[in-house]
This record gives sequence, C-alpha cells and structure tokens, in this order.
Amino acid sequence: MIEPKVYREMGLNDVEYAQVMKILGRHPNYTEVGMYAVMWSEHCGYKYSRPVLKLFPTTGPRVLQGPGENAGAVDVGDGMAVVMKIESHNHPSAVEPYEGAATGVGGIVRDIFTMGARPMAALNSLRFGELSDARTRYLFDRAVSGIAGYGNCIGVPSVAGEVYFDDSYEGNPLINAMCLGLVKSDKIARSSASGVGNPVMYVGAKTGRDGIHGATFASVELSDESEERRSPTQVGDPFTEKLLIEATLEALNTGHIVGIQDMGAAGLTCSTTEMAAKGDSGMEVDISLVPRREEGMTPYEVMLSESQERMLLVAAKGHENEVKGIFEKWGLNAVVIGRLTDDGIVRIYDNGELAAEVPAKSLAEDTPVYHMDARIPDYIAQVRRFDKDELPQIEDFEPILELLLRRHNIASKEYIYRQYDHMAQINTVVLPGSDAAVLRLKGTGRGLAVTVDCNSRYCYLDPYIGSAIAVAEAARNVVCSGAEPAAVTDCLNFGNPEKPEIFWQFRQAVEGISAACRAFGVPVISGNVSFYNESQGIAIYPTPAIGVLGVIENIERRCTSFFKNDDDAVVLLGFNGPGLDGSEYLKAAHGRVAGCPSLDLDKEKRLQACCLEAIRSGLLASAHDIAEGGLAVALAESCFNTEGSHGVSVEISSDGLRQDDALFGEAQSRILVSLDPSKLDSLIKLAAEHDVPLMVIGAVGGSNLIIDLDGSKIIDLKIEKIESAWRGSIEEALA
Amino acid sequence: MKFGVVIFPGSNCDCDCRRVVEQVMEQPVDLIWHEADSVDGYDCIILPGGFSYGNYLRAGAIASHSPVMGAVKKAAADGKLVMGICNGFQVLAEAGLLPGVLQRNKNLRFICKFLHLKVEHNKSAFTNACSPGQVLRIPIAHDEGKYYVDTKVLAEMEAKGQVLFRYCDAGGTVSAEANPNGSLGNIAGICNRKGNVMGMMPYPERSAEEILTSADGRLIFESMLRHLRQVWK
Amino acid sequence: MYRARIFITLKKSVFDTQGQVVRKSLQALNFDDVEDVRMGKYIELQLEAADKAAAEAAVRDMCERLLVNTVIEQYGYEVSEA
Repeated sequence: MIEPKVYREMGLNDVEYAQVMKILGRHPNYTEVGMYAVMWSEHCGYKYSRPVLKLFPTTGPRVLQGPGENAGAVDVGDGMAVVMKIESHNHPSAVEPYEGAATGVGGIVRDIFTMGARPMAALNSLRFGELSDARTRYLFDRAVSGIAGYGNCIGVPSVAGEVYFDDSYEGNPLINAMCLGLVKSDKIARSSASGVGNPVMYVGAKTGRDGIHGATFASVELSDESEERRSPTQVGDPFTEKLLIEATLEALNTGHIVGIQDMGAAGLTCSTTEMAAKGDSGMEVDISLVPRREEGMTPYEVMLSESQERMLLVAAKGHENEVKGIFEKWGLNAVVIGRLTDDGIVRIYDNGELAAEVPAKSLAEDTPVYHMDARIPDYIAQVRRFDKDELPQIEDFEPILELLLRRHNIASKEYIYRQYDHMAQINTVVLPGSDAAVLRLKGTGRGLAVTVDCNSRYCYLDPYIGSAIAVAEAARNVVCSGAEPAAVTDCLNFGNPEKPEIFWQFRQAVEGISAACRAFGVPVISGNVSFYNESQGIAIYPTPAIGVLGVIENIERRCTSFFKNDDDAVVLLGFNGPGLDGSEYLKAAHGRVAGCPSLDLDKEKRLQACCLEAIRSGLLASAHDIAEGGLAVALAESCFNTEGSHGVSVEISSDGLRQDDALFGEAQSRILVSLDPSKLDSLIKLAAEHDVPLMVIGAVGGSNLIIDLDGSKIIDLKIEKIESAWRGSIEEALA
Repeated sequence: MKFGVVIFPGSNCDCDCRRVVEQVMEQPVDLIWHEADSVDGYDCIILPGGFSYGNYLRAGAIASHSPVMGAVKKAAADGKLVMGICNGFQVLAEAGLLPGVLQRNKNLRFICKFLHLKVEHNKSAFTNACSPGQVLRIPIAHDEGKYYVDTKVLAEMEAKGQVLFRYCDAGGTVSAEANPNGSLGNIAGICNRKGNVMGMMPYPERSAEEILTSADGRLIFESMLRHLRQVWK
Repeated sequence: MYRARIFITLKKSVFDTQGQVVRKSLQALNFDDVEDVRMGKYIELQLEAADKAAAEAAVRDMCERLLVNTVIEQYGYEVSEA
C-alpha cells in the first residue's frame, strides 16, 4: 500500500487516489500510482481546462482532423492536407534554455510526422523579460540557439515567429513551438491501436532516466545512485530525430502501420494507454524488451521516462519484420515489445512479471474533471481607470518614433531568424520579416501563409478582447499575405488555474478566441494548454499564442508588407479610432499599462474580406497590418524592404483623436496598403462594396519618412537612419 | 546527362537538389544511398547540404568515411563532375578531395541569408555559363563555413584558378563587410586542381527559380550541363 | 583493456574564435591574468589491445584517420590500463 505522502507528492489528491482504488478494486502499486498521477495531471489529462476547451469551434468544411490526435489536419486542395499544432515547452526552458527549447521543437515536429505528414515549416512564439536583465539575455540567446540547433539539423525551416519582452515573463519565459506538415489527405496516420494480436513496437532512441516526473525525487523506491544519474531536463538529439522522420514516413508508406504515437509527456505510460483507449483495445507490453541506455531502471522509471526521439507504433501482424527493417536501415532501434488484446486493459510486464495492470480508458479518457471557480481579478478595475486626457501632450514626435522603432517588441527580429535555416525544402517564397511567411505548395500553383501572434498586454487588460484580437491579428497577417484563413492552433499559457483569478483569465481568453473563430468561420484544430507559469506567486500575462494557417489559391498573387515602387499610392484601409489603450507607445513613452483595447468583429471581418479580394484581384503592391506602434511604425516598417528601401510621404489629420493617438495608437481593423495609382478607383469601389472606409494618405517615394499631421510636418526622418536603428536594436542589447 | 544525389544519414537538402535537377534543369536524377559502393553510370554526383551524422565530431568528418565516398573518389579520379554544397563541401574537404577546411563561423552562430557571390572566372566546369566577375545572388545557411587553408596552398590555388566564388557586396566588391563568416580571402567556393570537383557553401538550388527571389543559382547547374555536353571552351 | 584519453586542439597557427570569446568573457569577470585560451575536444575511449604500445598505435591511427583533422588540429593522448 502506498503512503498518502507518496501519492500526494506525485500529484494525486486523496479523492483521486480513492477513485483509482475503486477502478482497480485494490490498492495500486507504486508504478500504477505514478501512471495515474501523470495521466491525470493537467498536463496530460487537461483536468482543469477540458470543460472550457469545449467552447472552441472545431469543425468546418476543410477540417479532416480536429483536436484529440497528435495534431489537427485541414484540406488544402488537390487531395493534400496540412497537419498543424503548437505546443509549449516553458518549464524545461526556464531550467535549461538550450535543451528546453530544442526538445520543444523536437516534440512538436514528432507530433506532425506521426500523422504521416512531412514537417514542412516550424514557427515559434517566445516571451522573455526585458533584455536589460543579464539572465534574460542568457535565456533568450540560449533558447534561440536551441531552436536553431535542433530545427536547422532536421531540415525543417523555421519560417516565422514572434517574440515579446516584458517584465511579467522575467522568471518564467515562454517557449511555444509550432509546426506544420504536408500529407496526402487519404494517408493521414492516427494513434488508434486496433486488431487483436497486432504487434506493439518501440522505435527510435533508447530509454534513459530523462525528465521523470519531478515529484518522484522524494520517493522511497529510488536509490541514491539513481538520483545521481537522473537528468531532470531532457536532452535532444536532432540527428536521431531526422532519421526518425525519414524512417517513420517510409514505414507509414508501406501501409502496414495500424497506429502510431509520439512518446512525449509521460512517455510509455501515455502512448500505451492512449493508443489502446482510442482503439477500444487492450495491450500487453514487456518493458524488459525496451532498449535502454541506463542500467537498473525500475518499471516506474521506464514507464515515466521522457527520453526524446521515441515512438510507439502498432504494426499489422506479420509485417513487423518489414517495419523493423526500415527503421534499422536508418540505424534506429525497432523492437516488438508487446501485442494488442481485446479486453481494454494495459498490462505492463517486467521480464514476465506483472508490473502494472490498468484499464486503458481510466487513464486516457476518464480523467477527473474539475469545474474551477473563476473570479475577476482586482487589477482589472485598476487598469480600466484610464483617462487618456491626463497624459501629457507630446510636442516632439520624431524621438518618440525612433524610440518605438528601437523597442525590442517592435524592432526587427532579424537577429533571431538569421540563425534559423528558413529556406530548407525550397518552399519559402516570402522570407521572414513580412506579416506572415508564405510557402509554396510545389506542383499546385497554390501556397500557404502562416503566422503566430499574440499581444499579451491586451490580454492582461482584457483577456476576452485581447484573445479575440490575437485571432483577428493573426488572421489579418495571413490575409495581408493574400491567404484565406483556414485553421487555428493555439497555445494557452497562463498562471496557476487553481487561483480563481487565473481561471477567470483562462475562461475569458477561450471565450474570446471562440467568438473570433466563429466570426471568421475558422476552426481550432489543435493546441495545448500550459498552466502554472508563475514565479514567486506572480503569474505571467495571459498569453494565448494563436497560430493561423491560410491558403493562397494563386501563389503568383501573394503579397508582402513592403513598399515596392516609387509613386505608388499609400492608402489606409479600415476603421480609424482611439487606440492608446494597452499600446506600446503608452508603455514606452508614459510607462503605463492601462485601458481596455477594443475590437469589432464585424468590421474586422469586412476589412479582411476587402483586403483579401484586393490582393486576389492583383490591385495591391503591399499590405501591412497596423499593429504595435500604430500607423507611424507601420509606415516605417513598410519602407524597410530588404530588396531596396523606399521613402514615403503622407498627410493625415487627427480627426478628433489626440495627435499621439493618430500616430501611435493601435486601433484594430486597419491595414496599410500601397498600389499603383491607376488601380485606386478599383480599390475605392471594392472598399465601398465591403463597406470599409478608405483614406488615400500619400505616396511612396524619396528617401525619408515624412508625416504631415493636421497641416504641419511633424516627422521627417531619413529611412537609412531609422532603418539601421530598427534592424540593430536587439543585437545591440545583447552585445 | 545523369545526376546522382547522395543521401547520408542527416542529409537534408537531397530532395531540393533532386527537384532542381529534375524539374528545373529537366535532367534524370537518382538519389544514392550512402552505403552504395558504386556510382558508375552518373555524369555528375552531388553531395547535398544538411547535417550528415549530426555534424558530430566535425562537420562532414563521419560522412567522409561512408562507403559511397570510395566510389565518389573513384568517380572524381575518372574525371566525373562532383559538386558538394554546404555540408557536401565539408564532406569533400574532410575526404581530402578538396583542399582546406570549413571552420565555425567567425560570429559562432548559424547564418541564413541571401548574399552576393563574385564569380572569379568562367573557365571552369561550374562557372562557364557565367560571365567573369558576374555577381550572383545566392543564399547561405551554415554554422561552419569559414574557409581556411594554409598560405602556401592558398597561393597555389589562386595561381591555378581554383577559387571560383568569393563573397562580395551587391556591386561586386569583395570586402571584409561582405564576408559573412570570416572565410580566408572571402572564399565561398573552390575546385580541385583538375577542375572537376567543386565545393561551395552557398546553396545554388535555393536560388534556381524566380519564385525563390533569385534564379542565379541555375547558372551553376547550367555550367555543369554545358561542360558535360562539351559546349564551352 | 586500455583507456585512452585524447586531447584535440587547434594548431597554434590557426585562429581560435571560440577561445578568444571565452578569454574576453573571463576578463569581463575580472580574470585579468588570463592571457590565452585555446578550446579543444576531449575524447575518452576504451579499447582492447595486446599491449600498451599496440593500444597507442591504434589510437594514433584513429586520430589520423578520423578523430583529428590534421589540416587545422593537433592532438595528444594518454593511454593507461583500465
């Protein structure tokens, strides 16, 4: 019998332990307690988030696989599907940023190719404290190196991403890794295991004591020797991963694999029970057959190890040698460790001796579910008390614009993406730096646009609206590239959900995402929840990173954010309005995080439809989402074209807003576009059809950024000067 | 003309090379497994980019001992064309088919970007479709691309026209600012004395189609075809 | 059974970028007396051999053929009974 102290330290409470006893009709042994504890954790079992996640719209005409598999999948035409998912690796990265970030990439890539898809692009969403802090600089630089080291080696291009720096992440950085892959729609592989007698195979790297559930450090069964040997952080081997990609795709291609799953969190425990549960099967496995790189491992350790680059698969009976041959050709282990049964029970043997005997569904599906209390946090009322008229008026706007362009949240992310191979597989037709990455689909004439976005300051001020804005902005970025948004994947990073204020943030965020997804008709097809992102009891800003995939019908009609030709007309498409709330300007120039951002989903939808049609009709030379730093920063960014910079000159009026709001406000639902003046009439007509306001504000040309506001020239800056400040800012901070 | 692209465990640009040879240059091409003991029947062998054997020990070191490398050495001795791109260049240097070594970049970081290469001369199997001094826009993506060789060998290589490409700026000026990785003499690509084995760090196959923002890399494949068809000189 | 400890460093004539960076970092931590840093690799392996001389010969062969790139690297080794 297991002491309450032991199961509590593993993460089970007394009620849950009693439930385990009821399921088994006896006391569980040590290994079984470990298995229940890890499968019933929030991380694997979603016991707090599951009821809320049901709010997401998850279906649509393109959806081939919604949440619940290794990753989601959507139809992108010509019988092809894109498989996509985003996942967090925050806690390991806070301990060891290089390996934490690297194994984060490895894990998400495995989720993609276990679906039978060749991983074609990686993205990442990162959050750190301010770069003025020495440890933050270390975490940031090592995490970026880790992503580069892993992603570059496996030949999956890292094509896009986002990073924000804010004090709220200082003790708890966020590393979210996203991946998409391509597969024939009728060849999508799944993790369900069926067919009595079919062999269960372990493939990939050997098992060690990596990343075994932290709670077990205090356990009684472990010797001092094993404590010494244990590595709390998983270490990645991208070379083995690359071999695993090739071998797995080759093996799936034989048609002799019934089901397959990555061994990620909770390792063998998760893969055996989930695969059996999904297929209404049972499974018998002898873990003495599992290839190991350490001696003397207990059944508990083998079942909970999170060693990387491993998979579990079920082959069709009689074909195990063929499958084995493929993995061995690639120099990988492939061992039959058991077979499927029909009684729904997972039996774990260690050298013939029964080590665990548990009903698969009791671990994988019948997770306890908690309906948590939610309460609006006190800070909300405080931040809402925001009277912008109390802000001092700004006289000199040039230094403010230069300050904003240097802000690490706005400055070029070139320092990061230079270190990522973003061209491997020769599909990247819009390189990093524009609003979204664009990938061609070889041989189809079509393409994909993909991005990940979240302004978590907005989400802090209002989790519902902020999260809806994250969806709107990600979709807008994809639309600005000429793509129609097709699917969302989300990574929901929050503090401790057992605190009602945090749970409130979480529920509001999910509701906001759901509302926006419904409005745009874009389903959530996969995602991940990461709770307990706190340090010293202070939670991070609520950070629902939103990945959006869009489909471009004609790849020749793709679009970037950069001005292309002198004399092109510059047009502000969309809905002007107040936008100082939660803006980068408010933080940078006035040191305040306050107000409440706003979003009108109907207007946003009309704007996106209008912009997409304009690009598809070949009207636009450039389209750029107006985001952090407002119109002034958007104008500057559109000038900074790596293939040759341009100047621009515009005349605007503040039109009832404060002047600083007109320049730097972040009102949503606005896109800065440029086009040949001869096409202006067509654009005006199109905007009217979509009931979207449009303002011709100036023209591309010269070598300066010139802004005339209410009749006086308030900004006149050399592009060369502000561009080098914008490009070099992050690297300077690290030097 | 028949091309072979070698796959080492960890190669990851093999399919990109195959695509360009097959779809862009419209030539037959096979992928060759690293355990093959013969590459007979191919006019040109390409060693692609990637991280063969994870680049463990030294980039290209372990792959240079693969069984297929014996066959590649024989093909090189027979005068067949051999091209190593990025990791392929590292493998050729480790195998002793090309002089010098590729060390870690000067800034100790992986660098991926488009840059410019100056074609040193067009009297080679790999540059004859270019004009002398032509500036090509071709990307790099590597961690270990800093070319090094001792001064005596370098002088010999320069004298024999073995330096084929140097990093330069958009105007064709070879300068320290245009050197991305600290390579000796801004060297980006070289050939052996006989002129049939070439290694380059930049990726011509990543810039062989207009949609990829440059088709300049195509000139290198075209040069090889012209050489094989004996239509230059 | 013999144990070989192999030390690989860059030749003196080859500029050691990593070593320079580490030297600067050490100086930034006020280790002002550090004049030169050379980075290298350490390889430990166990091998069967008839005697120590045979083990040393095998290690030299391994170094020359695979472990060391003699264009830029030099090596030293210690062989002892394991």
